[in-house]
Amino acid sequence: MTLLGPKIVAARAVGGLARRAGRGGGTSLPGKLLVGLDRHAIGELAGRLPDGCAVVSATNGKTTTAAMTASVLKRRGLRLVHNRAGSNMTGGVASALLDAAGPGGEIEGQLGLFEVDEFWLGRLVAELRPRAILLSNLFRDQLDRYGELEATADRWAVMMASLPANTTLVLNADDPLIGDLGRVSSGTEARVRYYGIEDSSVAAAQMQHAADSKHCRRCGHLYRYEAIYLGHLGVYECENCGGRRPTPSVAAEHIRLEGTRTASFELRCPRGRARVALPLPGLYNVYNALGAAALCLELGTGLDAVAEGLEVVTAAFGRAERLAIGPVEVAILLMKNPAGANEILRTLALEGGELDVLAVLNDGVADGRDVSWIWDADFELLQGRARRITCAGRRAGELAVRLKYAGLPTERLRVITSLPEALDAALAGASSERLYVLPTYTALLELRHELAARGHTEPFWR
Amino acid sequence: MPDPRLRVLALYPDLMNIYADRGNLLLLERRCAWRGIGFSLLGAGLGDLLDPEAADLYYIGGGQDRDQRLCAYDLAEHKGEALHEAAARGAVVLAVCGGYQLLGRSYQLAGETLPGVGLLDCNTVRTEDGAVLGSGDRLIGNVAIEVQLERMAEPQVLAGFENHGGRTHLGPAARPLGKVLRGLGNNGNDGLEGGRAGKVIGTYLHGPLLPKNVWFADWLIATAIGADEPLAPLDDRLERLAHLEARRAAGI
Repeated sequence: MTLLGPKIVAARAVGGLARRAGRGGGTSLPGKLLVGLDRHAIGELAGRLPDGCAVVSATNGKTTTAAMTASVLKRRGLRLVHNRAGSNMTGGVASALLDAAGPGGEIEGQLGLFEVDEFWLGRLVAELRPRAILLSNLFRDQLDRYGELEATADRWAVMMASLPANTTLVLNADDPLIGDLGRVSSGTEARVRYYGIEDSSVAAAQMQHAADSKHCRRCGHLYRYEAIYLGHLGVYECENCGGRRPTPSVAAEHIRLEGTRTASFELRCPRGRARVALPLPGLYNVYNALGAAALCLELGTGLDAVAEGLEVVTAAFGRAERLAIGPVEVAILLMKNPAGANEILRTLALEGGELDVLAVLNDGVADGRDVSWIWDADFELLQGRARRITCAGRRAGELAVRLKYAGLPTERLRVITSLPEALDAALAGASSERLYVLPTYTALLELRHELAARGHTEPFWR
Repeated sequence: MPDPRLRVLALYPDLMNIYADRGNLLLLERRCAWRGIGFSLLGAGLGDLLDPEAADLYYIGGGQDRDQRLCAYDLAEHKGEALHEAAARGAVVLAVCGGYQLLGRSYQLAGETLPGVGLLDCNTVRTEDGAVLGSGDRLIGNVAIEVQLERMAEPQVLAGFENHGGRTHLGPAARPLGKVLRGLGNNGNDGLEGGRAGKVIGTYLHGPLLPKNVWFADWLIATAIGADEPLAPLDDRLERLAHLEARRAAGI
């Protein structure tokens, strides 16, 4: 442990150089170096946090959910160590700890709050030994990188079985893959808390095409859904084996979705009820807020403080983030998999009038090299709603083909592969004074660099 | 329905659809509609019987391991015979990824051998178990193959994405669909991709395959409806761009 100090100094020095040089990966590089020097550095540093740490994982909404949790906890005066830029594998978590570490390895901060990539969850939980783990959803995502959904759920189940007694699991009851993890963990001492939506007025008429895990995790029989809220999330029951959605103790009721800007709901928990007005749109953000609320309540926050903290949350990097470029208001909505893209498209469809959209599809490792997912996303939702869609990125042509086959008139589509040129064209043509930018992950990074170069925003890691 | 018409039957559309297989079906549907060719789409799920006369093109996509296993037994038990009859009367059978594996003789997993339909003379073997990230055991990446099909004057390129744990080896009665230009193909060793026997075609190329290769979508339509003349051309500027992007991603 006494040797950790020099390693921290070394990792930080090299990471700082890379960062100043403006190299990509600036958020995770110092941490990678530190773990390379000491593979248990994460565990050692996290062990020095007086209030321990909490972990958030999911396919969709990790960054926003963690940002919401941070918003609530910071208002309580808690000093957090948080990987807020969304760098969520070993390097990113280690970097956040490194940033908070003094030269001797002492930690400046009380509580660790980490969003963790679904594939790395087991390994990072073993190091971090969190007091609370929030698991909110599993969707089909980047099959070339993560493999099948069932395989991820199986890995999580293995992790569950070895959790120590003082861990609390905060689970989304509405996702059958997550809800069932509570059953797996019953062999251990870990405590389980469930949250979920209880409002049939926001249920979808039918299951979306890309929905996964329609079959009972225990017996393989088709679930019967009483309500479907989002993807395969809803109120489900297996008529064969009796497996069913656990009853949530923290719930969102009386939900109101208000276009592309806001949403509100009534937060119900054993301690009472509070109305929450979110400054973020869509049912997916209601889920994010609900998960954050359940986690914060579990971490000892009062109900009113939870509601107040959620109401002042600001959009996480590229997640419904807004900025003004000249007369045009630009909203940036990261899209990375069918379920996430569908929620964005569903939210866009709530907006009146015809939309100007810049959609950017890249096929880097962080985007998923396999772009097949765009054919699972319901771009049909944009039928009759788009004034102009500019397609950019390395796979701009395929994205345009997807939109064409989704029924959008080709005269409303244009392909400009280069992101800066596409951005100029989209801004110039945005007669509606609002431009929705839908980038994949590496496209989001490029976009931020481009905007920063134009003086519109700071690079996100500062 | 107008004549000519294309009748498509998707096998297990809600289980074998993991790599956005609906994109392939959508391509067939729209390209028929734009040409005034009638189109109908049927589905057959677990336990359903299959009508060998019901369709001109039978489609089966890829699925998660558990779903693929369910379908393997169902296919062998309830549908295999009808699928043989359909192929024998000249229907097109297109199988992608996991579906391709099930068209062969068998699919050997670590603890179990799944039955195949035996429409293609090939066997698939898998040696690893599930994990993907950081594992070199799966064959994953962009892929481009060269194919020579009937009624096509010159060899053509199919470009797509592959992601499979199974290694497929063709027997003497099956021809490959094409030879690998870039990527891994059937097993990463013999430079061959896919399998063919008449109008029965299996391939590992997804992504989905047809939006990236509309010339192949048209060839399938023409073959399935038995068109005497070439199909009417369409404005394929965007589609050509998508094809070039997929080729470039594969490195050609």
